[in-house]
Amino acid sequence: MSEDLTKIDNTNVPANMESHDTIEGEIATLNLGPTHPATHGIFQNVLKVDGEKVLSSEQTVGYIHRAFEKLAERRPFHQITPITDRLNYCSSPINNIGWHMTVEKLAGIEVPKRVQYMRVIIMELARIADHLICNSVIGVDTGALTGFTWMFIERERIYDMYEEVCGARLTTNIGRIGGFERDFTTGFHEKIKDFLATFPARFEEFNSMFERNRIFMDRTIGVGGISAERALNYGFTGPNLRAAGVDYDVRVHAPYSSYEDFEFYVPVGTGGDTYDRFCVRQEEIRQSIRIIKQAYDNLPEGPYHADVPGFYLPKKEDVYNKMEALIYHFKIIMGETPVPAGEVYHSVEGGNGELGYYLISDGGRTPYRLQFRRPCFIYYQAYPEMITGQTLSDAVVTMSSMNVIAGELDA
Amino acid sequence: MGKITAEGNFEAINYEGFQLTKLDTVIGVARSNSLWPLPFATSCCGIEYMASMAPNYDIARFGMERMSFSPRQADLLIVAGTISKKLAPVLKQVYEQMAEPKWVLCVGACASSGGIFDTYSVLQGIDRVIPVDVYVPGCPPRPEQIIDGIMNIQALVKHESLRRRYSPEYKELLDNYNIENDIDGK
Amino acid sequence: MESKFTNDQVFDALKQQFGDAILSLENTTDNYLTVFVQPNEAHEMIQWLYNHAEFKVQFLTNITGIHYPDNEEGKELVLVYHLHSLQNNFRLRLKCYLSIDNPVIATITDIFSAANWLERETYDLFGIIFENHPNLKRILNEDSMDYHPMRKEYHLEDQTRQDKDNRFFGR
Repeated sequence: MSEDLTKIDNTNVPANMESHDTIEGEIATLNLGPTHPATHGIFQNVLKVDGEKVLSSEQTVGYIHRAFEKLAERRPFHQITPITDRLNYCSSPINNIGWHMTVEKLAGIEVPKRVQYMRVIIMELARIADHLICNSVIGVDTGALTGFTWMFIERERIYDMYEEVCGARLTTNIGRIGGFERDFTTGFHEKIKDFLATFPARFEEFNSMFERNRIFMDRTIGVGGISAERALNYGFTGPNLRAAGVDYDVRVHAPYSSYEDFEFYVPVGTGGDTYDRFCVRQEEIRQSIRIIKQAYDNLPEGPYHADVPGFYLPKKEDVYNKMEALIYHFKIIMGETPVPAGEVYHSVEGGNGELGYYLISDGGRTPYRLQFRRPCFIYYQAYPEMITGQTLSDAVVTMSSMNVIAGELDA
Repeated sequence: MGKITAEGNFEAINYEGFQLTKLDTVIGVARSNSLWPLPFATSCCGIEYMASMAPNYDIARFGMERMSFSPRQADLLIVAGTISKKLAPVLKQVYEQMAEPKWVLCVGACASSGGIFDTYSVLQGIDRVIPVDVYVPGCPPRPEQIIDGIMNIQALVKHESLRRRYSPEYKELLDNYNIENDIDGK
Repeated sequence: MESKFTNDQVFDALKQQFGDAILSLENTTDNYLTVFVQPNEAHEMIQWLYNHAEFKVQFLTNITGIHYPDNEEGKELVLVYHLHSLQNNFRLRLKCYLSIDNPVIATITDIFSAANWLERETYDLFGIIFENHPNLKRILNEDSMDYHPMRKEYHLEDQTRQDKDNRFFGR
């Protein structure tokens, strides 16, 4: 049979319908978003596709711009913590504690060792929660929903631990400037011992479903890759950069909150593709468990907050009985904290990379300028370059592996 | 209820007799236990919604096993998270694309009234653009609260009259929002 | 990790290369090198730091703007570049004064691709115009917005909202 298979037989087509003599390639414009499945967040990609192949992409973000920076100029320093919660809401404690460290850096407050270790435990739990969402959702996007159901049970246990510390599940507003509002309760000690004993095995079960799974590997190896040079030029940080081969981790380069006391590896990938990002996050979860074990086993005794009466609310018995405590309580609630005028940039290793706080204060109640250096906003620019030439389904998996959180994207 | 004029200019009386009320009940029960939600999840409330889909809280036992992301196949629009002014036309378009009967569940403080974001870019409540049936306050609401909201929607669905979507009050409601109601096919 | 260079070393090298374009040094609480530079030299300076064999300042951390309405005329807006040398663990800040009537500065998207959206965000919020930017449109706000919201003269709240009364919200 030597007929040309691209020729369509038009003999049965009615006369008033359009006819084509051959199948031609046609560039179609496809709108991916702003609301799209798998609840990644609200951002729009208008793709030009030739069949299944993506030729170019144009992005629109800002669908959830909530004006955090302008809002922060209105609020006293301790009232800004709830706003920082809503940046990367999958790992809110990291944002909260990063903000407290920024104010402490500006005001020159030293926190006790116990507080630093407590902060490390909470931040690493948050990192595990964030990476679990990202990796489960990569599974969901490739059609494997079971991982999602298993790992969300584990996330509920992390939420239980947050509740023991601060009372909230997701938007935690954890800690205070100078430390924590209460010491770890007995409930927390039980839960974390239970978590450290049982989570690793369940996590390995989750891992075994994906890591050497042929279908998953076919879907993710070679997909959405980016080279290390391009990644650095685009300002990538965090697991996305480490998957491309650069071992930049703020916890190692500029250690904060006693991270230098702990021994942990920083996993680095080779190709920068989706499979590498998945594996880097999996390994980071294991390293986080390692850090939590070390921090918990060596938790030093001591106060759970710094002695800074100007920032940290005094005990209620003192407020009712002593004059100075009453005055400090009043001033803190009214927002009159003694933050000096100055300028500081502090960064922490968030779930997605270097989360930076650029704070300028003029000595008043509220910041003069607060800008969040949001990793998602900066690396999402590279998305068109990563998906050009790949198929539509690859584009979806790439987006979910980059872990773009809309709250952090738009602020 | 009342008179309707059909094609060919003859009048018919339409009122709910015994058989129709029993049919109402049966259809109400069937609908309320098989709502297909469209999760319009924007921000933090979306993560709590995902947690309520997860095995610990599991809204699949309420009949919401299948999340429909296509508005054409969804009954319940669950708006979870902050809606900004830039997103409001998109939300309205998604609402208009849904087929009757449709319900709207508004999850979270931001969707109900703007929440803590009283700013220049945030829509102060989605009831500025679409009619809402049930509000679930919270920042974010616990999954138990979201389930409570869903159960309230189910109560509404169970007791809704089959003629509600054709009634003049409903038309007036949609006119207030400038939403076209072409349920009569005109 | 300790930084391989001190602030003074880098400042002296900059001063030697660019002379008059370096306006002043500022002391900040975090002790990063903070230099005020002439806006029309900022692009060359960043390119020089990028290509410098020893400093290797090849990572752009952040670009942002600040509005000081009470500053003297011609200096109301400040544009801040945060740069980072990963190999040497050295961070610095370059700041430029821009006039609010004509805040124009050259873009650095040819050096760092990360600058694309960061500059768009600064344009959207402050109105600073970047010459030769490939796509200088609003990014976070709607395209129809006609003012730059982060400037100090504008309110946080939308004054046309109907359901909240300013009297009860302490505004």
